[in-house]
Amino acid sequence: MEIRFTTAGDTAFNVEFGEAIDRATNARVMALHARLKAEPPPGLVETVPTFRSLLVVYDPVATGRREMQAAVEAALAGSDAATAEGRLWRLPVCYAPDLGPDLAELANGLGLTTERVAELHGSAEYFVYMLGFMPGFGYMGDLPAELERPRRTEPRVRVPAGSVAVAGRLTTVYPWESPGGWHLIGRCPVPLYDAGRADPVLLAAGDRVRFEAVDRAAFDGIAQAVAAGRFDPACLRAAS
Amino acid sequence: MSAFLTVVRPGLFATIQDLGRFGFQELGMPVAGALDPVALRLANALVGNPPGMAGLEIALLGPVLRVDAASVRIAAVGPLAMSLEREGEAARPLEPHRSHTLRQGDLLRLGAVDGASVAYLAVAGGFALAPVMGSLSTYVRAGIGPLGGRPLGQDDRLPLVRDGVPDGPDVELPQPPEYGIGPLRVVLGPQDDRFTEQALATFLSAAYHVGKQADRMGLRLEGPALKHRGSADIPSDGLVTGSIQVPGNGQPILLLNDHQTAGGYAKIATVISADLPRAGRLRPGDRLSFQAVTVDEAEAIRRRQEQAISGWIRAIRPVRPAGGIDLEALYAENLISGTVDIVNGGSDLPLV
Repeated sequence: MEIRFTTAGDTAFNVEFGEAIDRATNARVMALHARLKAEPPPGLVETVPTFRSLLVVYDPVATGRREMQAAVEAALAGSDAATAEGRLWRLPVCYAPDLGPDLAELANGLGLTTERVAELHGSAEYFVYMLGFMPGFGYMGDLPAELERPRRTEPRVRVPAGSVAVAGRLTTVYPWESPGGWHLIGRCPVPLYDAGRADPVLLAAGDRVRFEAVDRAAFDGIAQAVAAGRFDPACLRAAS
Repeated sequence: MSAFLTVVRPGLFATIQDLGRFGFQELGMPVAGALDPVALRLANALVGNPPGMAGLEIALLGPVLRVDAASVRIAAVGPLAMSLEREGEAARPLEPHRSHTLRQGDLLRLGAVDGASVAYLAVAGGFALAPVMGSLSTYVRAGIGPLGGRPLGQDDRLPLVRDGVPDGPDVELPQPPEYGIGPLRVVLGPQDDRFTEQALATFLSAAYHVGKQADRMGLRLEGPALKHRGSADIPSDGLVTGSIQVPGNGQPILLLNDHQTAGGYAKIATVISADLPRAGRLRPGDRLSFQAVTVDEAEAIRRRQEQAISGWIRAIRPVRPAGGIDLEALYAENLISGTVDIVNGGSDLPLV
């Protein structure tokens, strides 16, 4: 698809690389993001990567749409999609019914056992397409096709922090207690956002994630270590 | 000794804000920052601060602050009632849009904000607080920012960078800032093509009003529903302050500073940057309408606004009280050196 520029007022525009949520389109988004970050044109405030587009935010007092779009077009001409591969994380998750209250209903709707849902969810390596919704909330895909299910018709008012959830072909871990419409299938004891860490947000767009099933004892052990400040999330980084 | 403003009563919703936390939206971190950046910039100018220094954003009803410092210079900009209680003196009202010099033990009562959603208080030298991700803006939903990312609380102590006031007299803005009237100006898009012709025409002609659900995240607008061509949903993409998204019910939501970084509803238009301070000042029940301009026009309007703001800042002058002499200014400026030079002081006050 042709690249499209769409206008978000006089402080930003989107560079759209397509309509679909797929790795190839997202790779082009991330490549432009990386390039503009490495060599920011004058007046650039920041760029925000999403599934299929990059939001380019600029200071309209320091520059203007024409200059900024020209700079972005120049960056596009020079950008190759080969960006550095993101980090690989192994996130523990406990797929217990009380920690994943939608596990049974989801399994039922899909015609699978709860064990099979957990097994399928843990079988894939996920790509962090983007962060949004709340600080540290990663939109990760792609979920195995067997687990595809639209969002809940009745969103929950309170989803506990750490909830591991699925919707459509995506999965996530809620970094905060918040409202949410995804199906909750388990919980991760490691906070995806922790103000006490040097980098409070664990995941970055472009990272990869594998979920590793842990039992209740292991879940509780990690949760206690986190609470005591004795857990270094660097140990979740896997050699890729 | 350290210098503080101590929160004697927290008021209803006062937060520390600067001009926003940029650079972390890729992590899902909202920008936050002052809803009315023009007012914050002017408040800072009145106390001699750089324009982007963090101040107090005050909504609804302000806090009561005690000066636990040798002295401090403050200024408020916006429709805010204020008064000063000083040991041994009758309480007296303080005007916004000028600076005031407060002494140790003074009680500064910030009252109701009436006529806009927010007003600002700046202190000379600023607050000695540690920035979070490069900013002192407060994002309450996730508890990010100074004071643990929450509004002012009882007995909070706001540490001051300077203990004592800068040289020179108190100063004033000749008049409050002007925000303009008429429709809020927007640039259509980024997804105006997801709406019917009729919806676009309605959006640009109908009157809306701000519903009850209005906060730093955004304003739910109520008025004629806007019909999408097909679905209201798009693959989530980036949002800006001023984005007007329209969910399936057709009622627009004008996003403000605490907006999420990305969203999946089609956005019909974006409020231009020069009108964001006006948008940030809106309150439930306020009426508004929209007028489309081009990006070129929006840039020209913003340039003119920046010139106007620079003009207001240049016009800041020593306080000239109505119907009397400002004793504080006189003591500070003239009596110490033993002369009262009315002519060279530029004052048109009668000699007394």
